[in-house]
Amino acid sequence: MANIISDETIEYVGILAKLELSDEEKEAAKRDMGRMLDYIDKLGELDTAGVEPMSHIFPVQNVFREDVVTGTDCREAILKNAPRQKDGMFVVPKTFD
Amino acid sequence: MNILNMTAVSLAAAIKNKEVTVMDATKAVLKQIEKTESTYNCYVTVDKDGALKQAQEIQGKIDSGELTGPLAGVPVAIKDNMCTEGLLTTCSSKMLGNFVPTYSSQAVINLQRAGAVIIGKTNMDEFAMGSTTETSAFGVTKNPWNQEHVPGGSSGGSAAAVAAEECYYALGSDTGGSIRQPASFCGVVGMKPTYGSVSRYGLIAYASSLDQIGPLCKDVTDCATIMEVITSHDQKDSTSVQREDTDFTSALVDDVKGMKIGIPRDYFGEGLDSEVKEAVLKAAEVLREKGATLEEFDLSLADYAIPAYYTIAAAEASSNLERFDGIKYGYRTESYKGLHNMYKKSRSEGFGAEVKRRIMLGSFVLSSGYYDAYYLKALRVKALIKNAFDEAFAKYDVILGPVAPTTAPKLGESLSDPIKMYLGDIYTISVNLAGLPGMSVPCGIDSKGLPIGLQLIGDCFKEKNIIRAAYTYEKARGAFGRKEEN
Repeated sequence: MANIISDETIEYVGILAKLELSDEEKEAAKRDMGRMLDYIDKLGELDTAGVEPMSHIFPVQNVFREDVVTGTDCREAILKNAPRQKDGMFVVPKTFD
Repeated sequence: MNILNMTAVSLAAAIKNKEVTVMDATKAVLKQIEKTESTYNCYVTVDKDGALKQAQEIQGKIDSGELTGPLAGVPVAIKDNMCTEGLLTTCSSKMLGNFVPTYSSQAVINLQRAGAVIIGKTNMDEFAMGSTTETSAFGVTKNPWNQEHVPGGSSGGSAAAVAAEECYYALGSDTGGSIRQPASFCGVVGMKPTYGSVSRYGLIAYASSLDQIGPLCKDVTDCATIMEVITSHDQKDSTSVQREDTDFTSALVDDVKGMKIGIPRDYFGEGLDSEVKEAVLKAAEVLREKGATLEEFDLSLADYAIPAYYTIAAAEASSNLERFDGIKYGYRTESYKGLHNMYKKSRSEGFGAEVKRRIMLGSFVLSSGYYDAYYLKALRVKALIKNAFDEAFAKYDVILGPVAPTTAPKLGESLSDPIKMYLGDIYTISVNLAGLPGMSVPCGIDSKGLPIGLQLIGDCFKEKNIIRAAYTYEKARGAFGRKEEN
């Protein structure tokens, strides 16, 4: 069963993925995602009833350690990577009016 | 003496014996880079001044007896998705085109403690998403065996740099075959360790449950030696495993008597190039002659590994790559209207097509209404695949097969059809889903003159079985290299 990806779905995924696609990219994304999902649908052939989803291959639970400060002050070096900075802080667009 | 064609371990021994200096080796590599880099483009960044400075410091520490390890003084290249303090780390993406980390990844620190000279950062598929190194924002890398062909990917720059003698060994990362496949395409040795063996701290995440750092190098002895250095338990990586059995070089034994090797029939079916098949089966025969027993078996589920992998990897990628928002580091768009528009424009302009494709797919399979049907289904299939390997390893010490269905494709042939490209990962991907160690060892050259890789897979924490089999095979095979070198 072929997956048909609607314009609405692509719009919605664009919102989730925080991506702004051109019309051309949207058409390509619809086609690519449809094909990928057709391919992924192959998993439906397998009976997985009663199989626990395996997120981690080892039985690792929460791993705790003492919260010890080890890093040094590297604010200047960190800020050097900022697209915009001012007075030792990141500059961001206005978040509300 | 041509010092460029020495292995890492033999170079370090020569340095220790004062036959070669660290500076000689570093300058030789830099000279080679000057000569061939404009053709191959293995590196995103070559740190010439830094390397010369390190060479001097490390020589001092060797002379004073502070550094005595088997890799001291050897120049290494690092895949550009591992953070290196003060050295540009781009993930071959416009998104991180100007990113200079304030810390180094643990694997790199482990190498530095062992006296490695870091030459530079190697090209890769953008954010490690790809199988050819063609999705890099900084140009394609060419296969040193034939410039019309890809080096494989995503650690294509690392594999090509080793093959082109632009370094003595390199680190790569393997999420679905990204060390083993380029190693195979470039005729070098590559190993993906058991998940959790090498710290992922400082490795820019693609799919965290599958990513693992490992070596690309000239032979199995180098591989085992590098593995000993980079494997460590790290509190900074919550998936890091405490291991006792990391004396990998103790497995460099030329003997496989009594070793049980399983050959999965599913890895030799339709789609496998006949020359690759022949070379891999010939390698199996070599191991049989050396005393191993071979048995064919059905691994099953091979066809389901790729769809399960792309679902899980895309889901994790969509989550991991949320951090690239144009605020604290990385690319920010020139003009925008408000915060959300800035996020969207920065990400849309900063990421390439393949990265966006996987982020979109990942966002979809994690979205409400599809999460169970796609993401959880894939995790259930992952459990079945792990079970299939558990059953196989109850019978066999090592599983043997090809690394990839073909030798290196030509440049420009792969990206037009993503699913076809994904199918090239069919023999490597299950290993990541099951967390297993796997190695690629050169086992032949096809009629086009391109190298063929043999894949050896072990049970979790059983790298030593693979190393022993690989070492035994390598001894029987003899020297391997590009024609003009032999």
